[in-house]
Amino acid sequence: MVKSSNISLHVKDFLMEVGDMTYFTSRFFKELFNKPFEFKELLRQCYNIGNRSSLLVVITGFIIGLVLTLQTRPTLMEFGAVSWMPSMVGISIVREIGPIITALVCAGRIGSGIGAELGSMRVTEQIDAMEVSGANPFKYLVVTRVLAATLMLPILVIVGDAVALFGSYLVENVKGNVSFMLYFNQVFDALEFSDIFPATIKTFFFGLAIGLVGCYKGYFCNKGTEGVGMAANSAVVVTSLMLFIIDFVAVLVTDIFYDL
Amino acid sequence: MMEQNHIEEPNVVLEVRDLHKSFGDNYVLNGFNMQLYQGENLVIMGKSGSGKSVMIKCLVGLMEADSGFISVMHNDITKLDHESLDILRREIGFLFQGSALYDSMTVRENLKFPMRWHTKKFGGEENQEKLVMEALENVGLEKAIELMPSELSGGMKRRIALARTLIMQPKIIIYDEPTSGLDPITAKEIVILMQKVQKQYNTSSLIITHDVDCARVIADRMVLLIDGVDYAVGTFAELSSSKDPKVKAFFKEEV
Repeated sequence: MVKSSNISLHVKDFLMEVGDMTYFTSRFFKELFNKPFEFKELLRQCYNIGNRSSLLVVITGFIIGLVLTLQTRPTLMEFGAVSWMPSMVGISIVREIGPIITALVCAGRIGSGIGAELGSMRVTEQIDAMEVSGANPFKYLVVTRVLAATLMLPILVIVGDAVALFGSYLVENVKGNVSFMLYFNQVFDALEFSDIFPATIKTFFFGLAIGLVGCYKGYFCNKGTEGVGMAANSAVVVTSLMLFIIDFVAVLVTDIFYDL
Repeated sequence: MMEQNHIEEPNVVLEVRDLHKSFGDNYVLNGFNMQLYQGENLVIMGKSGSGKSVMIKCLVGLMEADSGFISVMHNDITKLDHESLDILRREIGFLFQGSALYDSMTVRENLKFPMRWHTKKFGGEENQEKLVMEALENVGLEKAIELMPSELSGGMKRRIALARTLIMQPKIIIYDEPTSGLDPITAKEIVILMQKVQKQYNTSSLIITHDVDCARVIADRMVLLIDGVDYAVGTFAELSSSKDPKVKAFFKEEV
């Protein structure tokens, strides 16, 4: 009896959270097109998000490229298919590994940062202070951050992909004496528009999810300083889960278009 | 009918009637009433957790009351849409307990922030800069203009927050525990500053505090918030000499 009431409470909480999140998202789209536009703050947020995450994305991308090539090489050699290495690495990085790994790294870096920043603003009454002064804190704080995350994530993914391919090339160069031109010619020969376009489009949605969840968790943070930690933490957990769901949906949609 | 009579009373700038607010089973306000008159300093006193901050958050629409009537400048705020509420909020200054200065902005940017949303009222960059300097001069902190909030002391933060409130030229200022967490000398300076502001700008002030010294100096009238209701109303002298055990005990405890 106790267990079933607990379950129904959790379900109710979950549904309420989904409802609040949906309302928050619809408010974002509504405010996005309302004046005044906060261009200066948007640029500042783009710089913050891009600049703060770029080193992490570069390092992660480079290691992914190295590891993927080192791990795959022996297997491809067994089948005598090592010449397919650039094509295989190129397609897997551009279509899947690059976007999802970069998005997960950014969920940790950007999502938690936004959650903690807005959360601490909420508990120190800075958001309330904006509201009572007749300002629109949602427009100034949320719209700019979500938009910046949406715009910057595709750029970070492109940087991450490029560095991962370069890492892969270094392994191929050392182990197989493959030249830079030959490696990247093979990569771009293997890649088609249908590989690049859906992969790029989904990164906008990844950025949107990271920004929205981080802002939502921070904006409605309570329980004082403990709540700030919880906001940052749950922003990362929920965003990571959402990224996989978006990725799954993106693959399904792409598959439907391929079948057509 | 009763509400209508009170709305029409010309000198009342802020009125609360039969305000109720609860959080689950915790009934914080149980029918609270008060009136703030033009040019008056009204002090609301109550113990910590008595619902003082909840009440003022209901006044500016930061929190929704369960029931009751709230009139600010003859507008029933429970019936205002978001846009009208924002317009009304320009007439109300709010000094938060923790100052609530924006961490990521300098003092100048903190003061300019509310004005950028109301450019029609405050004009261009040059006029805004002039108003910033004027507000900082009024609180005696012109030299702090380029500092970040993290570089300011508690008393300085409170002064800057007051300057940010004044810059909007409000008709009513609500102070949430303006002297809490400050040493006695700085607290006294803040109280003197509040008196100066009241005289200079002819504002009406609603001061939430549990600092008896602050109340003694600044209050024209006081309301004691006990058990979620306006338990006693009067001047400081009247309340502090009250024979009512609850009021008496309250003053003894607080002093």
